[in-house]
Amino acid sequence: MINKIVNSVHEAVSDIFDGAIVLISGFGEAGSPIELIHALIDHGAKNLTVVSNNTGNGHVGLAALIENRQVKKMICSFPRTADSVVFPELYRKGEIELELVPQGTLAERIRCGGAGIPAFYTPTSVGTPLEKGKEVREFNGKKYVLEYGLKADFALIKCETADRYGNLLYNKTARNFGPIMCMSANSTIVQAKHIVELGEINPESVVTPGIFVKKVVHILHPVSENKLISENFSYL
Amino acid sequence: MNKNVAGIWSREQMAQKIAEDIPDGSYVNLGIGLPELVANYIPADREVIFHTENGLLGVGPSPKPGEEDDELINAGKKPVTAIKGSCFFHHADSFAMIRGGHIDICVLGAFQISEKGDLANWSTGETDAIPAVGGAMDLVAGVKTVFIITQHFTKNGESKIVKECTYPLTGKRVVNRIYTDFAVIDVTDKGLYVIKMAPGIDFDFLKKNTEAELHLY
Repeated sequence: MINKIVNSVHEAVSDIFDGAIVLISGFGEAGSPIELIHALIDHGAKNLTVVSNNTGNGHVGLAALIENRQVKKMICSFPRTADSVVFPELYRKGEIELELVPQGTLAERIRCGGAGIPAFYTPTSVGTPLEKGKEVREFNGKKYVLEYGLKADFALIKCETADRYGNLLYNKTARNFGPIMCMSANSTIVQAKHIVELGEINPESVVTPGIFVKKVVHILHPVSENKLISENFSYL
Repeated sequence: MNKNVAGIWSREQMAQKIAEDIPDGSYVNLGIGLPELVANYIPADREVIFHTENGLLGVGPSPKPGEEDDELINAGKKPVTAIKGSCFFHHADSFAMIRGGHIDICVLGAFQISEKGDLANWSTGETDAIPAVGGAMDLVAGVKTVFIITQHFTKNGESKIVKECTYPLTGKRVVNRIYTDFAVIDVTDKGLYVIKMAPGIDFDFLKKNTEAELHLY
């Protein structure tokens, strides 16, 4: 029998080891798996490389994971947002590494990692500072930069609905990086608002096929990051 | 600031000029900030679909107060609505639309634009700044037509349209047309050509206040 449902967020993240590469879904708050990130803070794995579009807000979720000094390197496209305070401070002090990647290149690197494609060429960043040190090749008279696929050890994902096979549906723009991150991690850990019986998700509508998912945990009422930030809440 | 020049276009008028140049049936990506105003001025007889890179085709107007949804936002992380006929998709598909040349027009802001159409709009290169690029480099590399909306001058009164960009580039030779509070300017292989000027601006004044060389058609 296949049953990917686990009973707690702590059980869900228990395999994450020191030095792991961890993908974290979300675009700002939308799609950010706050409960799984907080469980990772409790779990305590260190020296992580985290791949996420942003660096978290306030003192909750990804920002709290960084503040707790569990992240040695961030790979992201936009590390500062209006409420981002933790990462900028550590970065200015030279206490956290940053690999800045254009957003589309980041998405494609993750997708390729999941699809078994080691590298690809793209025109994005040609002639800019982000091209430096990268191979440039011409195809049909146009220049392209070589970028590498990104494989990870773990992915932490928020979705709307899951079944015990790990088939997933998302909610609106909270989908963002979720589906491609599920594909490129060796072990994908998902928090779902709703868990349904097999067959209740229309096979025509499945967004992430269950083969890409390792564990699912039920979080019926995920916290609102915006609300926690407006209350000045700190997870640490 | 505009050095208090009279007879120049307001932000809304700049956005309106752009909206008038967007053909019926276009797929359009609007950058964060000033470009977002363009959506308010699409002529009523045209159907234009707005794309946001975080995974929505068919961005609608801002929600009414109290109807905001944390999981329905635009690239600027502001709450939006989704029109009838809209669709959601993941980031790799979203950027395949951008990088694969499927988006017709994007409207972006700028720090500097060179006379060859180079664009600098993501970093001022200051050493203590946190570098952040987002989707800007993907948009200029992949979208068919790139419109820039910007004040003619920087806050210090310097021309934003320059011979060579001194800030780090977002892309080389990527800009097609520039809309400022002074004028609308085409970027061509032969240089910058002025299409329209605000009522209070004449060509001599425009030339004197633009670092790059300008031509009239």
